[in-house]
Amino acid sequence: MISLRRRLFVILVAATGVIWLCGILWIFVGAKAELEHVLDTRLQEAARMVDSLVARSGPAFAAAASDAATPEHYERQLSCQIWSLDGRLLARSGSAPDVSLTDEAAGFSDRRIQGEYWRVYTIDNPAKGVRVMIGDRLGLRDQLAADLVKGLSIPAILMLPLLGGLIWLSLGRGLRPLLDMAVELKARDVDDMRPLRTRHAPVELLPLAKALNSLFAKVETARRHERDLTAFAAHELRTPLAGLKTHAQIALATDDAEVRQGALRHILLAVDRSTRLVRQLLTLAKLESGLAAGQAERVCLGDVLEEIAASAQPAGQAAMVRIDPALRDFAIAANRETLAIALRNLHENALQHTPAGGVVAWRIMPDGRGLLVEDEGGGMAPGEIPLATQRFFRGQGQTPTGCGLGLAIVEAVLRQLGGRLVLENREGGQGLRAMIVLPPATAPCP
Amino acid sequence: MRILIIEDDQVLAAGLKVGLGLAGMTVDLVGSRAQAGEALATTAFDAVVLDLMLPDGSGLDVLRAMRQRGDRTPVLLLTALDEVADRVKGLDLGADDYCGKPFDLDELAARVRAIGRRGAGRAAPCLTAAGIALAPATLSATMDGQPLALSRREFAVLALLMEHPGAIRSKSEIEDRLYGWGEEVESNAVEVHVHHLRAKVGREKIETVRGLGYRMRVAP
Repeated sequence: MISLRRRLFVILVAATGVIWLCGILWIFVGAKAELEHVLDTRLQEAARMVDSLVARSGPAFAAAASDAATPEHYERQLSCQIWSLDGRLLARSGSAPDVSLTDEAAGFSDRRIQGEYWRVYTIDNPAKGVRVMIGDRLGLRDQLAADLVKGLSIPAILMLPLLGGLIWLSLGRGLRPLLDMAVELKARDVDDMRPLRTRHAPVELLPLAKALNSLFAKVETARRHERDLTAFAAHELRTPLAGLKTHAQIALATDDAEVRQGALRHILLAVDRSTRLVRQLLTLAKLESGLAAGQAERVCLGDVLEEIAASAQPAGQAAMVRIDPALRDFAIAANRETLAIALRNLHENALQHTPAGGVVAWRIMPDGRGLLVEDEGGGMAPGEIPLATQRFFRGQGQTPTGCGLGLAIVEAVLRQLGGRLVLENREGGQGLRAMIVLPPATAPCP
Repeated sequence: MRILIIEDDQVLAAGLKVGLGLAGMTVDLVGSRAQAGEALATTAFDAVVLDLMLPDGSGLDVLRAMRQRGDRTPVLLLTALDEVADRVKGLDLGADDYCGKPFDLDELAARVRAIGRRGAGRAAPCLTAAGIALAPATLSATMDGQPLALSRREFAVLALLMEHPGAIRSKSEIEDRLYGWGEEVESNAVEVHVHHLRAKVGREKIETVRGLGYRMRVAP
């Protein structure tokens, strides 16, 4: 598992280490150059000193004096040779080798003698006929620089764990809001969908908190919808059962033949309603599971509507049904049975809401995008229209036999076809208009 | 008892009207929140049976409004939900009892009688006064230990008078208790029932207070 704290810790410590290393390297290079310069100058000065001593006191004394000038710690660092210009060694200091320190003429030169590297400064003194050479072992110079770096590195290495500890603690404090959020979320109940408090959240956590809150909101909406649906379903299923049971108990308890007849009639009514409810529920379940998709074929809407009108018009139903003849030439590609389910539900709704003597009219939409049915009922309260296609929704204008599933079924069918259902009150508040808007691809194929 | 049933399902509502009627109750029906508000504002009921899911809102809103305006009428909730939380919510909003759908008619009638009894401030299942005992549960009556045959309406008049023996009940109060809305009431119906009752329990037990109504004479 990736720990953000551990990850940041490693990155920070590594970055700090690299920067320190670079710093030390820089100091090393810089110090070494400076050291070279200082030591070269010393070499030069020593050579001049010996030269002037040779001039005054002779070569042997000068070589001995150069020995004395060497500091204690870096013992016998400088070596001195005094040669005659014709090539004889006149004198040398104790640490100097026997062979000539350099073959070069006057000035600086580097040379390897018996496995050691030397830096040499040479002065020719033609007046006295001598050549003074002062040499310095390069190995010693490197050791000086190394000592300097060691002096710097040891404290740095000792401080690194301290720095690491501080970084670790600081990260802990810095990441605290994240931990707090996690603790708050962890302590929550399953049902607790309250949004996280974002007022004090750090800017970096805000997008996360907001995303979580919008997720909570969505889950809560879905759950509320599910709860409502369960409540509606329970009501719609259990109320007819309660009615059945009540009337059955009345029929059993009463001695009055008229009361018993009434109760039995109500039982029949309740059974019819429950039957319809079960049928609608099964239809909806089938549509939603996609089992009812079926084969698409060329369906003439006029024929389907006339069939529906003929079978749905029970005796005594006083509303008149008018189907626009133009619909006979209006055919679309769809599954006939599925389409008929939607049209039948809309037709029955329209019939149920239209009073005796009223007209239910099926027509092609004026813009030809689909078809519509108009009834002469009371219409719907504007607030109820968006809710009307929800399962089990029954508005104020409900009918005794409605179960709140018809429009949900219509919508499910149209969704399959790629179309949609649009409901609106008719102008003048006289009835409802239900429009089936078909997708352009299926629209009329006469 | 006069009961208001607020239930939008017409089959169930009709069943409740007949069923509770058989149990000796006078029942009025409404099917929506709006109608319930009107009914409760104009008529005094002994108990209310309230469906939780009404076409124009929740039954709980009806209940909340009742309790907010200080209406103490006992309320029984009819609910299709099994969720304990829903029942708790209803009871905490001021309901007196609940019944889950589908229910047993006899149980519902017993529960309505119980909340009505408690609403009237009684605990005993029977009404007793002046040697007469009424059992609303069985609609049976005895006087001095002997069975007393009463019609449904006579029983209701006697029960009203015996609820608070000695208190005067006006004629319109008695009519309200006996007849639901839309029932044909003869102008002298109450006098006729009282006349028949007096013949059965004895003239002296029901006293006419001129211009005010009737009361049960409590034996000193």
